[in-house]
Amino acid sequence: MNIARYSLIAAAIVALTACGKQEPAQPAAAPASTPAAAASADSVKIGFAGPLTGNIAHIGKDLENGARMAIDNINAAGGADIGGKKVKIELMAEDDQGDPKTATTVAQRFIDQKVVGVVGHLQSGTTIPASKIYSDAGIPQITPSSTAIAYTAQGYKTAFRLIANDGQQGKVLGEYAANKLKVKKVAIIDDRTAYGQGLADEFEKAAKASGLEIVKREFTNDKETDFNSILTSIKSAKPELIFYGGLDAQGAPLKKQAKKLGIKAILMGADAWQTPEFIKLAGADADGTYASIPGQPKEQLPGGQEFLAKFKEKFGGEVQLYAPNSYDAVMVMVDAMKKAGSTEPAKYLPELAKIQFSGGVTGPIAFDEKGDIKDGAISIYQVKGGKWELLEVVGGAAKK
Amino acid sequence: MDIFLQQIINGLVVGGIYALIALGYTMVYGILQLINFAHGEIVMIGAMVTISCINFLVGHNVNLSGPVLLTVSIAMAIPVTMLLGYLIERVAYRPLRKAPRMAPLITAIGLSIVLQQAATMIWGKNYVPFPAILPTDVLEIGGASITTLQVAIIILTAVILTGLFLLIERTKLGRAMRATAQSPDVARLMGVNVNTIISMTFMIGSALGAIAGVLVAANYDQAHAYMGFMVGLKAFTAAVLGGIGNLGGAVLGGILLGIIESIGSGYLGDLTGGFLGSQYKDIFAFLVLILVLIFRPSGLMGERVAERA
Repeated sequence: MNIARYSLIAAAIVALTACGKQEPAQPAAAPASTPAAAASADSVKIGFAGPLTGNIAHIGKDLENGARMAIDNINAAGGADIGGKKVKIELMAEDDQGDPKTATTVAQRFIDQKVVGVVGHLQSGTTIPASKIYSDAGIPQITPSSTAIAYTAQGYKTAFRLIANDGQQGKVLGEYAANKLKVKKVAIIDDRTAYGQGLADEFEKAAKASGLEIVKREFTNDKETDFNSILTSIKSAKPELIFYGGLDAQGAPLKKQAKKLGIKAILMGADAWQTPEFIKLAGADADGTYASIPGQPKEQLPGGQEFLAKFKEKFGGEVQLYAPNSYDAVMVMVDAMKKAGSTEPAKYLPELAKIQFSGGVTGPIAFDEKGDIKDGAISIYQVKGGKWELLEVVGGAAKK
Repeated sequence: MDIFLQQIINGLVVGGIYALIALGYTMVYGILQLINFAHGEIVMIGAMVTISCINFLVGHNVNLSGPVLLTVSIAMAIPVTMLLGYLIERVAYRPLRKAPRMAPLITAIGLSIVLQQAATMIWGKNYVPFPAILPTDVLEIGGASITTLQVAIIILTAVILTGLFLLIERTKLGRAMRATAQSPDVARLMGVNVNTIISMTFMIGSALGAIAGVLVAANYDQAHAYMGFMVGLKAFTAAVLGGIGNLGGAVLGGILLGIIESIGSGYLGDLTGGFLGSQYKDIFAFLVLILVLIFRPSGLMGERVAERA
């Protein structure tokens, strides 16, 4: 019985490998006669990395879809015109699990696979460790969403970002709390990630500069859902506003638990809170929450309405957060390749650094000398009746 | 003082949940000397199935009050997790019962990954919100706030634990379980069907796990495919703290751990002048685990070996 079964399996394996060998036999012979470089020049790989598993996979997938949409659009037109040739783009999407160690492994894999550019990563905690590897290999990296100041402060020529950084966001929120909400005492919590901590530190600086009293500074981690002990000790300090540097999946239970503990303080977060997911998770308790988002509201983006409709049609879901940014990241990268007439990273990198790209979904794109986007706008939102409502747009190209 | 009371209440709620899950670990360990690392995933699946049931019922306009709706849904989720518990034992552990102890440990970890991935395929990778069907009234006790749900969690935990003790101590099944725990071979000679008893143990543990999962989800208002991992590790720590294999120990360990965590993370920042903050909350559970393993490997109540079941 067992022997019969094993021999069957063995036979199947032999049959499979035999089939497998026959097919590539012919194409494998072809590149031998033509130079390998010419064969691969008509198709180049762009890497995408973000968390595609784990508790913020929904935001990672959102980014991947944005990049994929850009690439599908380019390929649908037969490819990009680069150096007089139609070049097809291939997306190599990898899961960095939101983990710094995995991110560096993924980065190395991209280098080994000879990608010509990378869109990613999602969080500052993964973007920063990976950026060294890209810099060493000379591969341009555009993060659609990492906002930690440290990323572009490292001085890497390959590091770019399409989003206003935490310095601007934390500062705007701190000033908003002091000047518009007119609170006096604030408590700050962060999740000790590069993103959350950077944001909270900037908020604290701006809040102090505006004369606010920081009554409590507490910490958690980016996987926690139990905030009862932190909130209990915050409650005793009686803040009028609690600022959280961290993600929506923590923000929602934080908000709910605060309510259960009878805390009346205003809750405020930054861009990672400003998602449909936050409202879905916090339900009716979401009302009154403040959050900011770098850039203009996705509905008001220059190419916004059209993008949102096409995105929904293609992927059957709403844009969560930064899909337009990863879309633009691909477009900008390809535009630089067109201007340089080459897909070689060393050749198009200087073009990317001085690019003036006007056709972006998120608006015109240009980078400053550090690689940060110029004129990054920041919008402030509040949940009203189960919806994020725009209160005002601060700075950037969106001046009214 | 009200802050201290609040931290104790927070700790009791979490501790009760840890205790329920820890029982699942400890019962299996008592009988098989096996750590069922897939138990955390049972907890997660219990929560997920219950949420799906509630959403299904609400979606079909079944007009029931929140608590009734929840009870009906848990009643549907329990058989699912019991079946799962049975299958896990049957498929992953029974064939390896005579194998070296490392082997079932590895299948346990493998199974837990398989179940996590299966859950992401069914329920997606996003957080699943717990439907807002329960009353969210807040009671004030001496300056501390507690929701009716949290009161219900504490009472429910106490009722279930009492029921379980009666089952183990007063029924024929319980006696057979205790006999199997003492010596499977002798139990077999006395006419106990050891395989059935082991299956029953897994199923009871899984039922408790399902209830615990729902309580976790209801308490934090959300569930997630990876939620079982950390809560499972904490409950395992609770079981070791109390003395693994000892039922009373699991309960004591769970509640102690809940309170230690709550008080620890609430006061750590103030005590160390901000040097160590509340982000080190998880450290307490594992610090406790290490200390117990070093100084009292048999756990707080571990010496009462004869009573384990």
